[in-house]
Amino acid sequence: MTTQRRSLPAIVLGTAGLCAALFAVFLRVAPNRLLSGQPHESHGVVFGLAWLGVILAGWFGLRGRAPLLAVVAVAALVALPVVAGFDARAALEHAPASARAQPGAGFWIMWMTAALLLLDALRGMRALVQVIAWVAVLAALIVAAWQGAFEPLAVVREYRAQHASFDDAFLVHLRLVGVTFMAALLIGAPMGWWAWRARRGGGIVVGTLSFLQTVPSLALFALLIGPFAWLAAHIPALASLGFGGTGAAPAIVALVLYALLPVVRYTMAGLDAVPFDTREAAQALGMNRWQVLAQVQLPLGWPVLLSGLRIVAVQTIGLAAVATLIGAGGLGRFVFLGIGQGAIDMVLLGTLAIIALALLVDLLFQGLLALAERRP
Amino acid sequence: MIEFDHVSKVFGGSKVIDDLSLRIGEGELFVLVGPSGSGKSTLLRTINRLVPVDAGAVRIAGEDVVTRDIEALRRGIGYAIQSVGLFPHRTVAQNIATVPRLLGWNAEETRVRVEELLGLLRLDEPGMADRYPHTLSGGQQQRVGVARALAARPAIVLMDEPFGALDPLTRESLQHSLKTIQRDSGTTIVFVTHDMDEAFRLGDRVALLLDGKVAQVGTPLAFLHAPASPRVREFVGGERGRLRELAVRLVRDVVRLGETSSGHAVDIDASLQDALAAMLAQGHDALPVCEDGRVVGAVRLGDLVARPS
Repeated sequence: MTTQRRSLPAIVLGTAGLCAALFAVFLRVAPNRLLSGQPHESHGVVFGLAWLGVILAGWFGLRGRAPLLAVVAVAALVALPVVAGFDARAALEHAPASARAQPGAGFWIMWMTAALLLLDALRGMRALVQVIAWVAVLAALIVAAWQGAFEPLAVVREYRAQHASFDDAFLVHLRLVGVTFMAALLIGAPMGWWAWRARRGGGIVVGTLSFLQTVPSLALFALLIGPFAWLAAHIPALASLGFGGTGAAPAIVALVLYALLPVVRYTMAGLDAVPFDTREAAQALGMNRWQVLAQVQLPLGWPVLLSGLRIVAVQTIGLAAVATLIGAGGLGRFVFLGIGQGAIDMVLLGTLAIIALALLVDLLFQGLLALAERRP
Repeated sequence: MIEFDHVSKVFGGSKVIDDLSLRIGEGELFVLVGPSGSGKSTLLRTINRLVPVDAGAVRIAGEDVVTRDIEALRRGIGYAIQSVGLFPHRTVAQNIATVPRLLGWNAEETRVRVEELLGLLRLDEPGMADRYPHTLSGGQQQRVGVARALAARPAIVLMDEPFGALDPLTRESLQHSLKTIQRDSGTTIVFVTHDMDEAFRLGDRVALLLDGKVAQVGTPLAFLHAPASPRVREFVGGERGRLRELAVRLVRDVVRLGETSSGHAVDIDASLQDALAAMLAQGHDALPVCEDGRVVGAVRLGDLVARPS
């Protein structure tokens, strides 16, 4: 039944997935964590069938294609790492204990492609459905991990070897992000309100923050070392609180500076989202400035602000990785140490954790947004 | 009740209101009419201080509005505008209850008042109170806007072209509701419109504003019979002004008590325009007139055409 038009995204993604299944390496096995691996036999090619199906569905346009593709994508997102874990277990059976089995390019391309396919298939569906689909993927992966399906994979072995310092770094990362987020909200939202009220002054604020945004993150971190070291040296009270040229304090200040622009921008956009007549009616009926803010502007502009906070949270999770370079710790430590040691599994461990955290937080905000935008 | 004392307002170098003085009596339905740019909306908005005056004073019951606490002043004055400005995140009942809530009425008192207003403005279909503004028709939204303006029984209500965006039938029905409510409550209403017919239909007294000055103030009939200047006459409609007069005068003014006629009766409080329409529809040059359902006399075509003495 050809009732729908061709879907270019499905055809392109299906083709990419098919090529990856046929021609790219799904699994590599290396003698130890510092050497690069050799291609190993695997079941990666089996996924070619699914991708062929995706291409056909995209080409011929079945009725109910989008939900079908969504289901295929969810299945692939879960099955790919499970199969990789299964193959890795088989590959390592007769290998020395130091051997590592890593998913290869074929795996990563297909996993990414499946994620893009899910994004495309969910487009236009209700926000609640979208959140449920991603939560389903997440839940299935957690269950599989619980069952030990991923234990043989190099990244998981790396985690097992370093889990104490990893868990520490994870908490430090969360703390950096959490403190930055709260500080940016507490400073940025009133700033945005002020900038919105004082149009001319607002231009200066937004201009300054936009300029800050163009400073490379590494440079900003480095630039803050000097002033903070000076402060710590001259104000002993600060130094006794662990305040210094390096460490968490300058990192958080830099992260907050980056976060302020989106908070201020979206606060202003949220305030603009309230029609002028509604605001004037509120005033004319005798609401004072705070009542207008609390009873009209905040409830009506909240979804816009929330979508800004979503950007802030995800952006900060990524940027915080760089903060490790000035001694603030966090997951970035694994990335930079891994690069230094040439241990690709360690880099991957840090990177995957950062990506997973960002996706999780993004999902959380999507859920909040879906709630906030629910029309009464 | 409301007094404008040599009020002036300048916007961007041009005088929108020019040394204007005017008194509005208590319990009046007073209409400010004029073309766009005549300053009528601006004048209205000086009353609740949405627009501050540059010179002169606006007084309510003898008290200059700038001496009053601005929120207290506004909570005592109802306000309804053409674009309605309902709060989209609040239900009909919550919108209407805005000012009572600000004034700290208790829940029961507020609920009773909201019910009453829903009835008064014919918003009493089931479930209406809990609906959100975007689910209402334009006319219903405007009714909610008017109810919100009236909620806390303000002594004064300001209305800025509240029915401007509505279709003629809805507008007429709302004008009727407003007139009835005003008569029953004794509220002072200041009503802005650019529509002469609406001004004459609603206004106890009308002020025509031209270029920020009062060109004439008086009853609708005074406008028709004694326009103060050629410009006012032009505005009232020249020859066609006589047609407007039919809409303003009532059958009561020309009824011949005791006489009889054939045809369907018209009510004694109907306008002469309605009487003429009934004559045209029935093909009669005279019709019986009834009061409280009882025939009391007749009205003749000649009486409609004759100039009132």
